Amino acid sequence: MATDLARDTALQLYTTMRRIRSFELAVVELFARGKIPGFLHTYVGEEAVAAGVCTALRPDDYIISTHRGHGHLIAKGGRLDLMMAELFGRSTGYCKGKGGSMHIAEPDLGMLGANAIVGAGTVIINGAALTAQYLGTDRVAVAFFGDGASNTGAFHEALNLASVWNLPSIFVCENNGYAESTPQHQHQKIANIAQRAAGYDIPGVTVDGNDVAAVYRAAVEAVARARAGGGPTLLEARTYRWRGHYEGDPQMYRPREEIEAWEKKCPIERWRTTLLAQGVPSAVLDDIDEHIRQELEQAVAFAEESPLPDPADARADIFTPTSEVC
Amino acid sequence: MALITYREAVRQALREELQNDERVIMIGEDIAEFGGTFKVSLGLLEEFGPRRIRNTPISETAILGAAVGAAATGLRPIAEIMYSDFFAVAMDQVVNQAAKMRYMFGGKISLPLTIRTAMGGRRSAAAQHSQCLEAWFLHIPGLKIALPSNAYDAKGLLKTAVRDPNPTIIFENKMLYNTKGEVPEEPYFVPWGQANIVREGKDVTIVALSDMVDFSLKAADKLAEEGISVEVIDPRTLAPLDIETILASVKKTGRVVIAHEACVTGGVGAEIAARIGYHALDYLMAPIERVGAKDSPIPFAPILERQILPDDQSVVDAVHRTLDYAA
Repeated sequence: MATDLARDTALQLYTTMRRIRSFELAVVELFARGKIPGFLHTYVGEEAVAAGVCTALRPDDYIISTHRGHGHLIAKGGRLDLMMAELFGRSTGYCKGKGGSMHIAEPDLGMLGANAIVGAGTVIINGAALTAQYLGTDRVAVAFFGDGASNTGAFHEALNLASVWNLPSIFVCENNGYAESTPQHQHQKIANIAQRAAGYDIPGVTVDGNDVAAVYRAAVEAVARARAGGGPTLLEARTYRWRGHYEGDPQMYRPREEIEAWEKKCPIERWRTTLLAQGVPSAVLDDIDEHIRQELEQAVAFAEESPLPDPADARADIFTPTSEVC
Repeated sequence: MALITYREAVRQALREELQNDERVIMIGEDIAEFGGTFKVSLGLLEEFGPRRIRNTPISETAILGAAVGAAATGLRPIAEIMYSDFFAVAMDQVVNQAAKMRYMFGGKISLPLTIRTAMGGRRSAAAQHSQCLEAWFLHIPGLKIALPSNAYDAKGLLKTAVRDPNPTIIFENKMLYNTKGEVPEEPYFVPWGQANIVREGKDVTIVALSDMVDFSLKAADKLAEEGISVEVIDPRTLAPLDIETILASVKKTGRVVIAHEACVTGGVGAEIAARIGYHALDYLMAPIERVGAKDSPIPFAPILERQILPDDQSVVDAVHRTLDYAA
């Protein structure tokens, strides 16, 4: 596949996907070794969606994420060491160990949190989009969510409000074919979730979510429309998660062959092949890989060496201190 | 001072805060041209325009979600849930999002979000438009809750809420909108977490919420004719709760009646009673009495609704019970 993307952009897409994959494979192993408490939902296989969309964004744009949220924060510029520390439950983590994998957030990067209530982010992102619109900025706001979330009331209320208020909201549906264990054909009759845009008179686009260039181009178009005051877009990226819904998921609901077939459609290998065919020297890509390997090594060491939160802080940060109001 | 309705007091607070800070916006169903179901926001559209007074679809989840997201990114939204019963369709945004976002993010954001809603019965609005659900929210750390019982507090508590950097929920009482009270001409604020001693007395402490304050004052007049002196305390806010003022009164009287319109079982009276019991057990001369709705959905027919909801006579009876108690 030919690409007309600028070389920097093309390499950024590669780097972002590789950072996500490397982070996820590392946390899978650390989780298995008992280093990471709680639940873990990995993004392995879906990297092209976060990378393609967030590469089309500016640092001051907003995103909101899901329970499967590491990839989105990485793609928005998240630091692997601060993320790893958060997953380890350390005080140096992005949320001081109070959010963990499912609530990791960095408002300074416009990342309004991983959100473990399916569908909830779709309505919240409209608030960020409203702020952008109200203040007269041209910032845009992206909600990531899955095929399962497209059946929640929140999703439908969100698209409708974004439509009537003409908000710069972009709804990115990561259709990985399963709502937890329930295959898409059991949870909705439509095949293309983007069709639901028609009900709200907004553009709906379906792209190959394992083709990072296709995701990026579709995102660029949606972002440009939103920035120009053209309103929201529903962008569906069809992809697949290679691992279980959560780490430890026995995955009795899908055949091994299906997983293997999708592994052959690896978005990162696919993009690497494209870049090599474009004349990018393999040494350049290998350097990126090596740099990420080192970054990750340092991130794990940082997390391991970071202090645990002070138990005395367990009830800190519930409320913002109220100074004399009046 | 000016004698104005509770409704006008709320509207004045909204107007003053909209004037004070461009970041303040209102979001809700039928709040613009229509002025809100209870006409609280009537006229604000003309004054501030549709950019700031924002009508929404009937989508409570979208309303509260947009308010949460706007608050997290720099605006100071005032969301309206038309009837507090309708929170039931959008609780996720209150319970799992607004109340927890700052904490989950390790304190990295503030959420200056105000939610106004109308509560209470006595209008034959039946089972889905009459409830008092404040206890649901008291159970959720991360929220601040007020139930103004008069025009002065309705204005002053709301103004404070809009400037608070945290999620606040104000339960206005739909039977109070037409009641009048003295309100200063100049701007003022009522701090949250300070109970109001509405009437001083020595024999029994009545802790009353929302429109049960008025019923308790009526009860106090009746009881005074019998020579019984009651102290009426309005906590005004449940979170934070000014337990100190309540305890000081209990230590003086030794007898307590807690009155709210919400049904007794699982009502906030249980929490207040537990705290009194823990901190002032040695001062109590009788079991703590709780007055509230009988455990039932709210009926439609007026004669049935009166059977379920508490009133001044319920308070009088409870005061008699606590005085008649023989240890």
